[in-house]
Amino acid sequence: MIRHIRLPFTKETLAQIKCGDILYLTGTVYTARDAAHKRMYDAICEYRDSHKDDLFEETLTGKKLLEEGVLPIDIEGAVLYYLGPTPAAPGQVIGSAGPTTSGRMDKYTPTLLDLGLTGMIGKGRRTEEVRASIERDGAIYMGATGGAGALLSKCIKECETVAYEDLGTEAVRKLYVEDFPVTVLIDSEGKVYEYGKE
Amino acid sequence: MRTIDVNMIADAIAEMCVQANLSLTPDMLAAIGGAAKSETSELGANIMGQLQENLKIAGEERIPICQDTGMAVVFVRVGQDVHFEGGSLKNAINRGVRRGYTDGYLRKSVVSDPLLRENTDDNTPAIIHYEITDGDKVELTVAPKGFGSENMSRVFMLKPAEGIDGVKNAVITAVKDAGANACPPMVVGVGIGGDFEKCALLAKKALTNGLNSVHSYYEDSDEFKDTTGAKAGRKQPDAGYLEELRKDLFSALNALGIGPGGMGGKNTVLGVNIETYPTHIAGLPVAINICCHVNRHVRRVL
Ligand code: SF4
Repeated sequence: MIRHIRLPFTKETLAQIKCGDILYLTGTVYTARDAAHKRMYDAICEYRDSHKDDLFEETLTGKKLLEEGVLPIDIEGAVLYYLGPTPAAPGQVIGSAGPTTSGRMDKYTPTLLDLGLTGMIGKGRRTEEVRASIERDGAIYMGATGGAGALLSKCIKECETVAYEDLGTEAVRKLYVEDFPVTVLIDSEGKVYEYGKE
Repeated sequence: MRTIDVNMIADAIAEMCVQANLSLTPDMLAAIGGAAKSETSELGANIMGQLQENLKIAGEERIPICQDTGMAVVFVRVGQDVHFEGGSLKNAINRGVRRGYTDGYLRKSVVSDPLLRENTDDNTPAIIHYEITDGDKVELTVAPKGFGSENMSRVFMLKPAEGIDGVKNAVITAVKDAGANACPPMVVGVGIGGDFEKCALLAKKALTNGLNSVHSYYEDSDEFKDTTGAKAGRKQPDAGYLEELRKDLFSALNALGIGPGGMGGKNTVLGVNIETYPTHIAGLPVAINICCHVNRHVRRVL
């Protein structure tokens, strides 16, 4: 099924979306790949460690982590795009901008999902642990076309670096996308798209 | 003796890095066009349509085909009658890569140390493979390699008894495991023979050959031509079976059903390229260098 979606996702839309659906996303997504994930994850772990006496797990929210300066974005309700673009040439919003392999983020993903991360865009398989977290937290994993970076860049209308500028292509960028094409690979019930079983 | 200024090499490398990232060779374009036409799975056909549109935009608007503009792999074949002047050849190649990736708005994807992982910010150093040949020419091949597919590449040290079926199984295993991670439809470089590192190098080199080609060691060798020489009275091995092996692999891999983008379909690979080399009596090394549909390489002879 083809759906046009306005971000952020609502619980109601997420419940309707099934794996194998083609979505055209419009709204805000944040880029983060290996190095940015590691930095966010380490910051969360460090914060948890230093507050383990005065903090109950339940009180740790995306908003709180943003306010405390632990994370550079409010992860709650956010959509992450696993992307390290090429530099924008003069007159361009962004350079080539296709997805990278999601599996390398698997180690960090359950932690982010438990903090309220709603969606991820990448390519390739996820671990069972990530799938289970997606189901538990009612999130969604989407695939964009690997190696279609020039095409996908045309759907990105605004781009601003918001954190970790020193990481170059791996910095966190806030993107505004319009009709950005993805396919749902794991839906909020934890069902996985498998080829041959449409 | 011919003298070549290394600055000429730097200029050529810089241009080739940019060119490789904006356009594919005609055989790759034809294969992608063919796959787009033949794909019957709905989601797979949707992906193939996007890939064709992507190539068009990349060419017209000079946006790199893929954001992973790769680590720059450079093959340099130097005729033995060439003399270089103007400084170090290695530095010139890296200068070219630096300029190409910076001025060409390509991504800097190289970290200085595999464990400390700090970006070098100019995509150097390149991975350079030198070869000395006859003559007074220099042949450069620039093949930017993305790591989504590189990470799925494999080396198998098979037993000779495993034979041709062992080779087929190894290739099928690698492609199956690669799946959507390697951005299918893929191009599969297969190196058979040599030793541990030689087969890997053959597999990488195979990716820069014509799509769906086979190449055996003796094709470039004149060892058997001299009928009075060391090989007098002996016959050059007949590598005619390689083309059959290539075809078998091509159909077996496409029968996996992984399809474009891993969304299912009959186009899992666009091509299989094979390179072979003599090996040891005790071994049958096989390397599979997986490449995505963005199989980039540019060749130039100076
Ligand atoms: S595997 Fe190829 S197409 Fe896919 S992201 Fe890497 S370079 Fe691009």
